[in-house]
Amino acid sequence: MERRNARQTREIVVPGEVLDGTGMKPGENAYVLDGKVRASVMGVRNVFQNTVGVIPLRGCYMPTSGDTVIGVIVDIGPSNWLVDIGAPYPAPLHVNEVPWKVEFGDTSRYLSMGNVVLLKVLSVDESKKIQVTMKDSGLRKIEGGRLVKIPHSKVSRVIGKSGSMISMLKNMTDCRITVGQNGMIWIDGDDENADVAVMAVKMIEAKAQAGNLTDRVKEFIESKLPQSEEYDEDEGEE
Amino acid sequence: MSGHTDMVLVDENGMRIDGRTEEQHRPIKIEAGVLNNADGSAYVEIGKNKVLAAVYGPRECHPRHLQNPQKAIVQCKYNMQAFSVSDRKRPGPDRRSIEISKIISEALERVVLTELYPRASIDVYIEILQANAGTRCAGLTAASVALADAGIPMRDIVPAIAAGKADGHVLLDLNKEEDNYGQADVPIAIMPSTDEIVLLQMDGNMTREEFDHAIELAVNACHEVHDLQVDALKRRYSKPAQEESE
Repeated sequence: MERRNARQTREIVVPGEVLDGTGMKPGENAYVLDGKVRASVMGVRNVFQNTVGVIPLRGCYMPTSGDTVIGVIVDIGPSNWLVDIGAPYPAPLHVNEVPWKVEFGDTSRYLSMGNVVLLKVLSVDESKKIQVTMKDSGLRKIEGGRLVKIPHSKVSRVIGKSGSMISMLKNMTDCRITVGQNGMIWIDGDDENADVAVMAVKMIEAKAQAGNLTDRVKEFIESKLPQSEEYDEDEGEE
Repeated sequence: MSGHTDMVLVDENGMRIDGRTEEQHRPIKIEAGVLNNADGSAYVEIGKNKVLAAVYGPRECHPRHLQNPQKAIVQCKYNMQAFSVSDRKRPGPDRRSIEISKIISEALERVVLTELYPRASIDVYIEILQANAGTRCAGLTAASVALADAGIPMRDIVPAIAAGKADGHVLLDLNKEEDNYGQADVPIAIMPSTDEIVLLQMDGNMTREEFDHAIELAVNACHEVHDLQVDALKRRYSKPAQEESE
C-alpha cells in the first residue's frame, strides 16, 4: 500500500481542494488543473518524494492483481463460482483456478453458496473484469473461525507499520488471523481469545484516525486477557 | 410564477419579507455522514428546506442495459415526501421529480470521475423532508456532500443556489412566496474550481441585464455554499480526532 511519511499533522482534504501549487506532481487520487494539484477524494494529504496525493478515508475496495482477499460464494455456475469480494464488480472463480479436479456441472460439490474462501486476485483488466484464483500456497476454503468486515481503507491500520499491529494481535491473542485486502478479516482461536481479537479489530476500525494505536490496542488486550503476556513470553523462549 | 400580486415582496428599504436583503441567502446548515447504512450521506437545511441525501456505490449496475462499458453512470432519485408541502403531495415519481432527478444526475456526472468505474452505477437518493422553494438546489448541494462523504473520486464539490426576480428586484435564493408570486427563478450549480456551470435552468422572464446580475449573485453565493460544504466534511473527521486527544 502507500508508504506514509513521518507523522506530520494529518491534514484532511476534500475533492477539488488545492494540494499544491508549486510544481509537485500529482500522486494517488489527485489531478492537475491549471498547474495546481487538486484532490479527487476526501482523505489525508500525503506527500511522497515530489508527488502529493491523498490517502482516502472512505471508498469502496478496488481489486489490484496480487491482492489476497477473502470472499463469499454468492452464485454457482456449471464451470465457475461467483465470489463477492466487496468490489463493485463480481469476481468469477473458474474451475481451472481451484486446486481440485472439478467435473463440468459438479461445482457445488466443492464450494456451495455462502462458503468463505481465501483467494488471490489474478488480474483486473481495463474494463475492470476480475479474475481470482485459489491455486497458490495458503489459498483455501475457510472453515471455522469468525469473519469481521471493516472498510478496506482501514486495512492498513490493522496490519500496521511493517506488520507491527497484526503480529502483536496474533501473539497476544494466540489466534490465527488472515487479513484480506478487501477488508474481510478471518480470526480463528479459542472462544475467549477470538472474542478479544474481534473486539480489538473493531477498536482499530473505530479509532483508525488516532495516533499511537498499536500501544492502545496492546493495553486493551492486556486488560481483557491478563494472561496474554505469557503467550508473548512463550513465543520469545521458543 | 403568476407574476402578479398585491403582496409587497421587497419593501422600499430593499428588505424582503423574511428580513433578508436582496443579496442574502437563507441560513444554511450542512451535516455529513448522518446515515449509518449508506456509503455516504448528508443532511442540508436551507431556510425551511430540509433535505436528506444518501449515496450507494459504486456498485453493479442494474438494470443491465443501462451499463456503460466506458464509464460509471450516476443514477439519481429525487423524491418529495408526501408531508413536505402544505397540501399533501401525491407520493411517487411525477413529471417534475423525474426532471429534477435527471438534471441533478447530469450535473453530478460532470464532476464524478466516472471513467474509473466502467459498467458500475453510483446511486444517489435525495429525499425532500420539507420544501420551501429551492429544493433542487438544496438536493444537489446535499448530494455532492454525500458523494464526497462516500469516498467517490470527483473533481470538485458542487454547490447550488437559485437567484430570481420578484417584485421587480433581482433576488438571491428565493423563498416560497417570492417563487410563487415572483417573475423568474434561476437555479444554478457550479464547479467552484473553474466556475463552470453544471446546472442552469430558468423559469419566468428576465431581461439580459437582470439575468447577468442574477448569475453573478448566484455564483458568488455558490462559493459561500461551497465553503459550508467543505466545512461540513472536514468537521466530520476532525471531531473524533479531538475527542481522541482529550
